[in-house]
Amino acid sequence: MRAARPFASLALSFLLLAIFVGVWQLSSLTPRGGEATVDPEYAALVGAAAATGGQTPFPSPLEVGARILEHLADPFYVRGTNDQGIGVQLAYSLGRVLAGYGIAALVAIPLGFVIGMSPLLYGALNPFIQVLRPISPLAWMPLALYTIKDSAVSSIFVIFICSVWPMLINTAFGVASVRREWLNVARTLECSTLRTAFRVILPAAAPTIMTGMRISIGIAWLVIVAAEMLVGGTGIGYFVWNQWNNLSLADIVTAILVIGLVGMVLDQLLAMATRAVSYQE
Amino acid sequence: MRRSFVSVEGIARRFPGPRGGPAQTVFENVWFGIEEGEFVCLIGHSGCGKTTILNILAGLDRASEGAVVVAGREIDGPSLDRAVIFQSHALLPWLTAEENIAFAVRSRHPDWSRAQVAAECRRWIDLVGLSAAAGKKPAQLSGGMKQRVGIARALSVRPKILLMDEPFSALDALTRGTLQDEVNRIVAETKLTAFMITHDVDEAILLADRILLMTNGPNAKIAEVVVNTLPRPRTRHDVHHLPGYAELRNHILDFLVDRSKRLAETMPSGWDPRSIPEVRPAVPA
Ligand SMILES: Nc1ncnc2c1ncn2[C@@H]1O[C@H](COP(=O)(O)OP(=O)(O)O)[C@@H](O)[C@H]1O
Ligand SMILES: [Mg+2]
Repeated sequence: MRAARPFASLALSFLLLAIFVGVWQLSSLTPRGGEATVDPEYAALVGAAAATGGQTPFPSPLEVGARILEHLADPFYVRGTNDQGIGVQLAYSLGRVLAGYGIAALVAIPLGFVIGMSPLLYGALNPFIQVLRPISPLAWMPLALYTIKDSAVSSIFVIFICSVWPMLINTAFGVASVRREWLNVARTLECSTLRTAFRVILPAAAPTIMTGMRISIGIAWLVIVAAEMLVGGTGIGYFVWNQWNNLSLADIVTAILVIGLVGMVLDQLLAMATRAVSYQE
Repeated sequence: MRRSFVSVEGIARRFPGPRGGPAQTVFENVWFGIEEGEFVCLIGHSGCGKTTILNILAGLDRASEGAVVVAGREIDGPSLDRAVIFQSHALLPWLTAEENIAFAVRSRHPDWSRAQVAAECRRWIDLVGLSAAAGKKPAQLSGGMKQRVGIARALSVRPKILLMDEPFSALDALTRGTLQDEVNRIVAETKLTAFMITHDVDEAILLADRILLMTNGPNAKIAEVVVNTLPRPRTRHDVHHLPGYAELRNHILDFLVDRSKRLAETMPSGWDPRSIPEVRPAVPA
């Protein structure tokens, strides 16, 4: 691939955005046709008025923009349990993600290290990992709620369970595939097990471990929205669900944008960390 | 019988056969010795088991039978006293040249201060002519420079024995020559005991006091020991003018081209693996 000119790419990005917003604005100006036919079950679920779309048409970009400005003006207000600023909700979600992800890292990286260094353990634990890994993290939610009996801790548990696998697998793989010759260097220098682990194996496996951590944070951020929609109470996922009940589509669009931006920032932070520990052979 | 400083006593190495078949014997009943301060080269075709022998001497691999005794004690694993220069240099790519050497220095002297370690690193970096590249990562160094770091790292632990597995085979001829001269000089100055595997006949004649000739595998044997009687000090520029050089070189080449294969099938009668015949081709009969 030829090196793209960053300025040209950026200009094209803005052009595409402008076209998208323009088309969106134009389509929200055209008057809507008569009553749409609506599935009666759906109407019962959301209320007849909402289902026909008569009262709350899809917001125009201008309306969404105005909503975003309102949220930005006062992101951290608290007016009762069901009415808190988008910043407060984000903080709840981020807190849960960081807690579950942090615990997962504390478990997965040392465990992955041990598994990676021991072919016996690798073989013994691999079947469990292979079965547990593909389970949708939300499938754990009922079990978590039943045993933990606390919705906030249950969401943290779900974040833990979804982010633990990529870190565990990548750490074990990275540690197991450290070049034999680097280990031989440590052996001829009579390095202790601990010194070999921290000075040779860890830096050698660090890029692979960080890649696992980057995959995990992405999954955790995907899952937290769904988990909070399920358990309710607080968090950006609950915010989306709550605004759906209020039929405030402008708020939902705002939240979707914010979720995307925060996810991107988290990913870029991990990408920076990965670059910091990567090396060229 | 008097024991050599390094005494290889009847070692064998077998690998499990493919799919549970009979074990593959790379070599067995190998006996040889290296005297203190001596430089011994091992020459043989690819796959005959040279690296395996060196790894056993280093303690990185274990013999299936037999033992290696160094200074009267059977070796049991790697040691800082036996440094290895790896064929692929094996530098840690996330460390700079200087940090790679510092890693070795700190292994030898865990109690040294930062300043002491830095001073020692400087010394070795200057000695192998790497002053300008000390802060560079291996990926930014040429093959020759990487191997210089490998040499400095091996020597910086002040080993008693230096083990080298085809250390210069990946280098261009010019760089190889320079490094051969440097290793020759350093080994002579520090009175190191050295064991080197090589493919290169001229390299062996330049560096070695004795050259072990190994037949083709499997079941490789050390068929003959060539004593290098050419006078020291030798340099790359004059060694091939020395009387006897051609005879020495031809003898080894003959072995590599023809006898290594014939002898792999049948050794001459009376050949005893415990006292391998010594030949001195450079001495006029
Ligand atoms: N881990 C191993 N498993 C099975 N066979 C091996 C292993 N390591 C080396 N060998 C065999 O031992 C023989 C000698 O290998 P090596 O010592 O690397 O030869 P050389 O260094 O002389 O080229 C080769 O035929 C190789 O196939
Ligand atoms: Mg080899």
